[in-house]
Order: sequence, then C-alpha cells, then structure tokens
Amino acid sequence: MAKVKSLADLKKIKEELHAKMDLREKSNDPEAQVQIKVGMATCGIASGAKEVMEFLIEATAKRGISTIVTQTGCMGYCYAEPTIEVTIPGKEPVVFGDVDLKKADEVIEKYIKQGELVDGIIPVNYKTIDN
Amino acid sequence: MEKYKMHILICGGTGCRASASEAIQNNLQDALKAKGLEEEVQVVMTGCFGFCEKGPIVKILPDNTFYIEVKPEDAEELVEEHIVKGRKVMRLLYTDPDKKEVISDSKNMGFYKKQIRIALRNCGFINPENIDEYIATEGYAALGKCLSEMTPQSVINEIKESGLRGRGGGGFPTGLKWEFASKNDADQKYVVCNADEGDPGAFMDRSILEGDPHSVLEAMAICGYTMGADKGLIYIRAEYPLAIDRLKVAIKQAREYGLLGNDIMGSGFNFDVEMRYGAGAFVCGEETALIHSMEGLRGEPTVKPPFPAESGYNGKPTNVNNVETFANIPVIINKGANWFNKIGTEKSTGTKVFALAGKINNVGLIEVPMGTTLREVIYEIGGGIKDGKKFKAVQTGGPSGGCLTEAHLDTPIDFDNLLAVGSMMGSGGMIVMDEDDCMVSVAKFYLDFTVEESCGKCTPCRVGNKRLYELLDKITEGKGTKEDLDLLRNLSTVIKDTSLCGLGQTSPNPVLSTIENFYDEYIAHVEEHKCPSGQCKALMQYVIDPELCVGCTLCARNCPVDCIAGDRKEAHIIDTAKCIKCGACMEKCKFNAISIQ
Repeated sequence: MAKVKSLADLKKIKEELHAKMDLREKSNDPEAQVQIKVGMATCGIASGAKEVMEFLIEATAKRGISTIVTQTGCMGYCYAEPTIEVTIPGKEPVVFGDVDLKKADEVIEKYIKQGELVDGIIPVNYKTIDN
Repeated sequence: MEKYKMHILICGGTGCRASASEAIQNNLQDALKAKGLEEEVQVVMTGCFGFCEKGPIVKILPDNTFYIEVKPEDAEELVEEHIVKGRKVMRLLYTDPDKKEVISDSKNMGFYKKQIRIALRNCGFINPENIDEYIATEGYAALGKCLSEMTPQSVINEIKESGLRGRGGGGFPTGLKWEFASKNDADQKYVVCNADEGDPGAFMDRSILEGDPHSVLEAMAICGYTMGADKGLIYIRAEYPLAIDRLKVAIKQAREYGLLGNDIMGSGFNFDVEMRYGAGAFVCGEETALIHSMEGLRGEPTVKPPFPAESGYNGKPTNVNNVETFANIPVIINKGANWFNKIGTEKSTGTKVFALAGKINNVGLIEVPMGTTLREVIYEIGGGIKDGKKFKAVQTGGPSGGCLTEAHLDTPIDFDNLLAVGSMMGSGGMIVMDEDDCMVSVAKFYLDFTVEESCGKCTPCRVGNKRLYELLDKITEGKGTKEDLDLLRNLSTVIKDTSLCGLGQTSPNPVLSTIENFYDEYIAHVEEHKCPSGQCKALMQYVIDPELCVGCTLCARNCPVDCIAGDRKEAHIIDTAKCIKCGACMEKCKFNAISIQ
C-alpha cells in the first residue's frame, strides 16, 4: 500500500520528519542560530546539567527558537554549576552560572527572546582557540 | 519522540569505505552504547563529502566538527572526548597547510569556501539509503509540485529558462532536449539516465548515485511527466557496485512510498524505473551506442538523425540525460529557474561538479559555480600542487579534452570558454600535472585509452587512433622526426572530421592540444631526442659526474645488470648500451654524482 497518496501526504511526512533533520539543517548555518553550550563535566552533571540541557533543547524547539545546543567540557566555574554559554547571532557570548530549570527558562524568555540581561552572568575571562 | 542531540555523519562513499569507514561506524556505535548514549547520538552513513584526499571523513553535528583520516580505533576517543566531554580531538582536525591553523568547521576550509553544492547538496548530508531523510530535505517536493501545480509544458519552460545544459559533456540545453522528446507522439516513451561514467579519473556521477540516488529518480519522474513517458531506465556500468546497490534500495523505497509506480501522489501519472547494466565500454556513454547496448546489441553509435527523441530505445522516443544533469532538476523546480540562472555565467548557468585528481594536494570531488577560474579551482580549492612542485598543465574533459597551461589558468570555466581554448568541459574530470609529467607521454596515455575503447565502427577512429598512438610511441622512443609532428596534426584533423560519434571526433584532442601548448617539448623529443621532464625511459641516460664520484663502488654493487665499471677510488662509468635505466644507482649514490641526461 502506497504511503504517499497525495502531495498533502508528502507534506505531512515531511513535517513529521522535519524534527529529525532539523539539527542537520541548522548545522549548515550555525552562525544564524542561537548557540547554547552547556558545561557537562562531572561537576556540571552532578549539579543537574543534563536535565538543563534536555530542557533547553525541548523548550527552545517548542517555543520556535532556532537553537543549537551543544555540550562542552568544564568551563572552570565549578562554584556556579551548571553553567551555560549563550551566543545570540551577532553578539558576544554570555555565560550564565547556577542555571537550574527555572533559570534556564528565564534565560530563554528574557535574554534569548528579548535580549534583556538576567542575573547570574559570569564575566568571561578566557579565550577559546577556535574563535 | 526520538530526538537526537548530536549526529555523527560518516562518509560512505566508495573511497572512504575502502578505508574502513564501516568499521568506524560500528566502533562508534559500540562506544556510544557503552556510554549509554545510543539514544542521544545518531550515527549516519552518508554519501561522499568530496574531501577524498583526507578520508575517511567523520563530521559531528551540531557544531559541524570535521574530522579527517579517522581510523576505526579512533572511535572510542571521539566518543569519550567529543561526545562526552565536549572537547574536540585536535589531532584529527584539518590543519590549513599554508597558515598552519587548525580548522574544525569545514565551512572555513579553503576546500569548501568557494563551493556551491547543488547537484551534491545531499552528499555527505543525508543517509542515501533512507528515503525519509531525502523527503525531509525537500525530497520529492519538486515532483509533487510538477504533478499538482504545473503542466508538462510549464515544467519544460522552467528548465529552459534555467539555462541548464547537459552535464555529461555535450552541454546541450536540457529544456530543449525535453521539449523535442515531448513533441513526438508514441504509445511508449522512455527516460534514460546515462550513468556510464567512463573518463579516467572521473567519479562525479558515481558519487551522486551513491550519495543521493533519490534525486536522480525524482528528476527522471519529472522528465517522464514532461514528455509523457512512464518508463525510466538507468544505464550504469556494472563496475559501480555500491552505486547499483544504493539505487536498488532507493527504487524499492520509492515504490513502497508510492513515489514510483502507478498514480503517483494521486495525479494519475505512472512512472517506474529499472536498471540496465553496462560492461564498462567508454563508447556507451554516447547516447545512441548506449541505447543499442540496452537493446542487447553491440554498443556502437549510429548516425543522428534520427535523434533518440524521435527514435531511441526500441525505436521509441527516448530522452537521455546524464546523472548530474538530473540531480540539478529537483532544485530548479523547487527554487525556480530565476534562482538557478543567476548562478554561473550567462551562457553556462549553475554549477559543475569536478573530480580533482593528479598531482594536486586536495584530491576530491568539488562543485563550483560556472565561471570559477582554473586557478581558483587548482590553488584555492585544490590546495595547489603536491610536494611544492611547479604546475605544468591541467587536463579537462577526459580523453576528449585537452591539456591547458599556465596561460589558461585565469580562464573562467564554462562550456564555451573551454572549447575556445582547445579543451572541453566533458563530464568533469580534471587531472593536474606537474613539472615531472612528459606531455608526449600524457597524450600517449590518452590515445592508449581511446585505441582500447574505440568501438571499431569507423575506420578513421579504429585505425587512425592506433596510428596516432604508434607515432607518439615512436616519439617517446626517441625515433621520431619533425615530419611526424605534421603527420600527427594531419591525421588528427582527419580523424576528427570523419568519425561518426563523439569518441572519434574528440579523441585526437589530447594530441592536438599538447602539440599546440607544448610544442617545445615535442621538438625536444624529435630533434634533440631528449625528454625534458625525464619521463621517457628510452630517452634517459644515467651518467656519472667524474668530478663528484669518489669511487665508493656502491653503485656498481647495486647495479642489477652490472653495467657500471670502475676501480676503487676511481670515477665510475655507466655503459649506457647495457643500462636498463632502473635508477637503482642514482638512489644509492651518496654523493649526488649520478644524474639523468
């Protein structure tokens, strides 16, 4: 039995599959997306970074924000785990500390959506080699 | 719903598979499982990334990290470091040879910067054996659009408007070809995909079929819709087993989804595709020969007209297009002719895929807009000549093309420009030669190929090419005369003028273009009986410089034919009559006393 019986069927399948390929399409143009790095070293994971990361992935997708969420190693702010680094296109990266689910929600709503700074910013005092 | 946080793409092209990319895939999956990450990280085998020089390629998303020369035993480290700890494995990243900088994002690599990927859009991006991934990236949307919103004539108009020209070498406007085929009425018509890629060193079509088979199937169905054909045939050489496998999988999936078969997407349009296998004869890339081969006859060309559009396969109207041409079609329909015809040059729109090979740093598959210069392709994308040697020539168009020199490097590549400088686009092979290559030998190499591949139907091609080869052989043996050069020229012109098909009409091109562009080298062979690049064995002479020779006897002891004489602590002498020119003495000499003259 044919799976695609009309153009509408094809479009429906495409929509369903979109989420699966979304990550790959976004990777083609990472600069155009909001990039969030979550510190996922032992200290971060122990403080709940894994849950925060999952929340960030799901929440940004649900709220229609085009994001790339990646994990990174220990950023060195072990006193403020979980830490996340958010880069909005065209802006400098900003690091937030003590990000629990509530804070993550606030970062999405206030910083990512409206560009308002929220509490918990850690001044960046290092450089990364690939940037 | 499954949603992976990261994707690992592994090149599954023939080249990378030969370097164990399947083992890399298995090891990565095992390592992920060991860490309990198999639900979070997806491992996908894709088509060719193009950077074959440094394969196997592994790309990790979403941060677009491009790992090169990965070995199966690196899998564990990649998972542990990159996936778990988020640290890039520096030793597997690409280092820019000029700036000595490590580059992790492939977009910043010189190799990819100038490329625009249309025909190769899905190669190295989707899993070619998964129709869902193709559909998710606009796959079959173009077919859907044609069937539901466009009339056959409006599809043809769109293709005509796009300016797309045949990518197999001829450069004939595709829209026009489709229109001819559509105007001939018959009870049965055929769409044929020419996948008989035969140029030495060319692998564009193979990579498209291996990396994105559905795009070709979709385009064939679109073509079938415009001309009223319900049957498609892919003529592919049996020596492309991976491409054949992937096509079979793709055809099966497309049938299951109802994207091939009867009443596609409820439009009432029927179309199905079958495979036909060739035995790898070069001449079968010529469309009439291809059709005869499919009919079970000898693969020999016949006179046009009648063109296949009137009388092709089984005497029915047939449209034959090359793989790469087809791969462009869905994008043109989706994005529009006006998007496509802004890329490239006025008379050659769009992009062209080239297989870079020879003495170049970045051997691989590239796709650049028409109008890109040879210099950009060779130096910026190709990374220049291997081992810092000097560029000598670039051969485009395979056995039908010509050798271009330094003076042509700034020529923008398109169909007409390459013809104007005595070469041709061909199907997209590009072989780069350096100072060590002898151009007479290069011409001889190509003639050797055409002599072998001539079908034998036309005497000028069958006998003439053989005579050309013999003349070239005589010159490389040091027995040529200046008159032979005139003979080469005359004979070449006769073969070109009197052969029936493209093979004979173009086979003397390598001879003519090398005589034209490297006349000095021919003269050196016939007058001084010397090969300037030291490639022609018969013209080489190993000599010992008595000033430099200290008489250590090392060369004499290593000579396999005992042709070096001399007493201890005295300068040695090579008996050139007995010398077999193996070069063993030169390799052994510690005092650089032996040279080639």
